[in-house]
Amino acid sequence: MPDGLEVLVCVKRVPASGARVPLTPDGLHVDTRHLGFTIGPHEECAVEEAVRLVGEHGGRATVLAAGPPEVAEQLRYALAMGADRAVLVDTGSDELDPQATAAAIGQAVAELAAEKPPDLVLFGDSSADAGHFQVGVRVACGLGLPIVGGIKGVEVGDGVVRLRREVADGDERYVLPLPAAAGVREGLNLPRYPNLPGRLRAKKAAVHTIVARPEPGGLRTVRLRQPADEATGPVWLGRGAAAAPAVVDVLDELGVV
Amino acid sequence: MLLIVLDGTEPAPGVLGLAQALGGPVHAVAFGRDDDAAAEIAAGLAKQGVGVLHTLRHPLLGDYGPEAYGEALAQLVGRLRPEGVLAAGTDHGTEILAHTAARTGLPLATNCLSVTGGPRWQLTRVRGGGMLLEDAELDAPVKLVTAAQGAEAPSETAVRQECTVEEFLPDLPQELARSAIVERTPRGGGLTLATAPVVVSGGRGVGSAEGYAVLEELAGLLGGVVGCSRVATNNGWRPHSDQVGLTGTKISPRLYVACGISGATQHWVGCMDSRAILAINTDPDAPLVQRATYAVVGDVHEVVPAIVAELHARGVHPDG
Repeated sequence: MPDGLEVLVCVKRVPASGARVPLTPDGLHVDTRHLGFTIGPHEECAVEEAVRLVGEHGGRATVLAAGPPEVAEQLRYALAMGADRAVLVDTGSDELDPQATAAAIGQAVAELAAEKPPDLVLFGDSSADAGHFQVGVRVACGLGLPIVGGIKGVEVGDGVVRLRREVADGDERYVLPLPAAAGVREGLNLPRYPNLPGRLRAKKAAVHTIVARPEPGGLRTVRLRQPADEATGPVWLGRGAAAAPAVVDVLDELGVV
Repeated sequence: MLLIVLDGTEPAPGVLGLAQALGGPVHAVAFGRDDDAAAEIAAGLAKQGVGVLHTLRHPLLGDYGPEAYGEALAQLVGRLRPEGVLAAGTDHGTEILAHTAARTGLPLATNCLSVTGGPRWQLTRVRGGGMLLEDAELDAPVKLVTAAQGAEAPSETAVRQECTVEEFLPDLPQELARSAIVERTPRGGGLTLATAPVVVSGGRGVGSAEGYAVLEELAGLLGGVVGCSRVATNNGWRPHSDQVGLTGTKISPRLYVACGISGATQHWVGCMDSRAILAINTDPDAPLVQRATYAVVGDVHEVVPAIVAELHARGVHPDG
């Protein structure tokens, strides 16, 4: 690439939940009054990879997120990690169905591409909350870009991107001609923690906004609910080292020794 | 008519279960199989109540490629206009349906546990690997659905019938060759996290990379492997390939031993299908302790060596 790589990363603002995910009384949303927000683990790796690739090849890493204006918080986190530019796709809503999400992102990417088309578009394989496994594919398909998901290795060179994917029975390798897209998974890299200069730079950086009001798609959430929690408490086998004989009795019963 | 996408040479149990719940005639689709292979697959499908096997044939369907597979299936869907298309919620099953959805403009509901038919399908899908369930409504001329790992297998025995083979030749642009697999490396033999009968996992309570030595020893005695929580991966104590959880590996061993793991939801959804869980933790109120089958309150570095010593005292040795 003569003037470096133009990398675009799409991230989603998701609740950072602990051991149990609280819901609003109407069951339509996660109750986030007492929760923080974060970028999903797969997408954090996508940001790290974009920053790494631009460090290696030169160019620019742009991070993009669709949602309400609050997604600026996650965009600034990605800037603090080293992304160069942030784009907020203001959909006015914190949860769109996957077709609508893809339409909003697709519209924004097309607008950005009119100025300079991306060489590589990275997505998380699936979002950490809704987990629809399809927004990246829909966006890439709309833009005419090849995309493969489940990616745990990315190398760019000679006008192609080499992708490695782990599946149940082994590894698969793909070589896509650029421009291309990929859905990445945690384990691709170890995302950095933003340092202080990064955080200060991110705080002052401008966030470019594109407004999108996509039509809803055909999948509608009726309500969310907690899975039945059958936790009745464990059988207590004792405290400390003294519990060892009881533990080994159980291992014996379970047939694992 | 429902169209099911085969997972290899047969339908995934959850896919058949959803098809049975919806009712009506079932057809299946396979990619790039020759006549002999198709006849063999059809013979198996006949016993499962599948009436027609559609084989998609094209030079680009020789090895897996998400775009070529997704486009070929989209063309078959356009020809057959089934009421719905069901696939397994596996890496390839989900990806093929996502490409078909993108190319047809149809909505797609992934990871469904149950589906009720009608003009609009009412379904329950798994979010975040099992953290939450979502009741949703799918409204489309052709409904695209993937079955979650925990979707129920068919309850009744299917009525045996003839399964005929019909060939379909999609018209695929050569450019879709760009996303085909270029190389495949099978996983080496031996136990893996996904297949081991026992997994001994460590989290924050293990404290260091060196701290896992005693967990390795216990796993060795039980014929199992070592896993870890996300904290351990993030601290660089263990590689990501050892991570149990939503963004790591989902496991279902006979016994899961969780050492010093509090059990954030992201970890729980990765181990909740274990047949038994033994939690070792200093905090008796930790979520994973409360959800475990058995628990020991105590420090990992006191309890695990004592278990290893007790196993040795009872004559248990590696390979023995």
